[in-house]
Amino acid sequence: MQDRQFGFATRAIHAGTPPDPVTGSRVAPIYQTAAYVFGSTEQAAELFQLRSYGHIYSRISNPTVAAFEERMASLEGGLGAIAFSSGLAAQLAAVLTLAQSGDHIVSSQNVYGGTVTQFSITLRRMGIETSFVPVDDYAAIRAAIRPETKMLFAETIGNPSGTIADIEMLAQVAHDAGIPLIVDNTFASPALYRPIEHGADVVVHSATKFISGHGTVIGGVLIESGKFPWDNGRFPLLSQPSPGYHEKVFTETFGEYAFLMRARAEVLRDVGSQMSPMDAWLLLLGLETLAIRMRVHVENARKIVDFLKGRPEVAWINEPAMGSIFTFGIHGGRDAGRRFIDSLELWSHLANVGDAKSLVIHPASTTHSQLNDDEMRKAGVAPEMIRLSVGLEDADDLIWDLDNALKAAGRAELVEAK
Amino acid sequence: MILDTVSARQGLLASAKTVAMIGASSNPLRPSYTVFSYLRTQTPFDVTPINPTIAEIDGIKAYPSLKAYAQERGAPDIVDVFRKPSEVVAVVREAIEAGARAVWFQYGVINEQAIALANDAGLDVVVDRCIKVEWARMNGGLSTSGLNSGLITSRRR
Repeated sequence: MQDRQFGFATRAIHAGTPPDPVTGSRVAPIYQTAAYVFGSTEQAAELFQLRSYGHIYSRISNPTVAAFEERMASLEGGLGAIAFSSGLAAQLAAVLTLAQSGDHIVSSQNVYGGTVTQFSITLRRMGIETSFVPVDDYAAIRAAIRPETKMLFAETIGNPSGTIADIEMLAQVAHDAGIPLIVDNTFASPALYRPIEHGADVVVHSATKFISGHGTVIGGVLIESGKFPWDNGRFPLLSQPSPGYHEKVFTETFGEYAFLMRARAEVLRDVGSQMSPMDAWLLLLGLETLAIRMRVHVENARKIVDFLKGRPEVAWINEPAMGSIFTFGIHGGRDAGRRFIDSLELWSHLANVGDAKSLVIHPASTTHSQLNDDEMRKAGVAPEMIRLSVGLEDADDLIWDLDNALKAAGRAELVEAK
Repeated sequence: MILDTVSARQGLLASAKTVAMIGASSNPLRPSYTVFSYLRTQTPFDVTPINPTIAEIDGIKAYPSLKAYAQERGAPDIVDVFRKPSEVVAVVREAIEAGARAVWFQYGVINEQAIALANDAGLDVVVDRCIKVEWARMNGGLSTSGLNSGLITSRRR
């Protein structure tokens, strides 16, 4: 038994996956099973009463999924993690673990369009209100927090605006008000930034992006620090007897594990948004190269930014302060943008980010098209904005493709001007 | 000795056989019951409640004091303490008298005087840890639940 604190790349390869004790298999087995045989009626009772660790039914836990969860908990520096069928499912579970009808959320307005609709449409219909505020306007954030507010929500790197959240400052504002800071760390990945080290209480991810790294899986994960005082009187779902679990008081019975236990034993159990074992296995494989992939993503992104800076067709560049996803605008507005995307050969035009393959999209007509003009402006989406997710191909090839497409967009611009 | 590393705590748990649990409750909602029930049903430990207010828990006889336990059962390997920090100096004195090998203070049971007393008497001491969690960390339980065990190994166990 080692007491060594292993480094990030080592944990990205090893955490959660010691050799299989039964077969010696070095790769985590895919436990493709719905349910698990109990050793005895007594053992079954202990499991159902949440007094022992073990698997009952794969909607609640599964060995392959648990290996992925433990690895994510290790990489984000959390107490534990819970995997979900998507990033939005993980985010919804974080909300439902803390909030019910009549409660309130304060969220950064610089967030993914799907998050805006989840909060402002679906949660509102369930009686949970959200106030959207600029992520760097701390006076506005403080003013938006009400007695019934259960969380402050932000993205480390806003999608697609690229706005960087000051996690330490946000954590301080949240903690001063007795509420947790929930951070979506999808665009940074724990290889570039670990919000819990800076005061965040819960981290959520769309695992579909850099964690998978290969565009193979829709998945999500939630990681909790175990440090927030859930018994501070503001979270009755955790500190009052639960009718969903034998009148257990989660904060009393589980101490620092209260949030994770309720999120799994009640929310995941009742919502049914679990991750499949096959998906967890693909994510474990993806994570093994996370550290090295992020290094090349960032290197390639810098080369692309330098290239775009020298091009007359480019109106503006929102340089990435962190990561490899960024936006730029080209002269000629929406139509030139469309011609640019239609002329690309190597870059894939699709609605995803964080793939080994380089990706491109026009947010105003796709990912953010459900938002009205005001919401779009608040989310930092301009009509001519193009979002790039720089992949791992040879940078020269990516630049060759961008060069051709910029020329095509620019030529048409000249023809139309005549 | 203060056991402040994973390997030191593992060494204690791997070699201990008996656990006397001070303040074990028969109320299923109490954390001490959860830990008692876990040790009784999921581990090889011979666990005994020490609580003057109850006769037994789940068929396991409770002793009113460590002294009464030691007289009948001999010295316990681990004295696991679920008591208010202000009351644990007396518990340590009893543990030393009973010949215990180690005192394990559960989450929040922190009393510097009691820790020093046990340490100076040559007992192994674990502070602000849960014996259930530490057992589960080393025996796969935490990993089963997506919790961060901190264990990294390529050796087959």
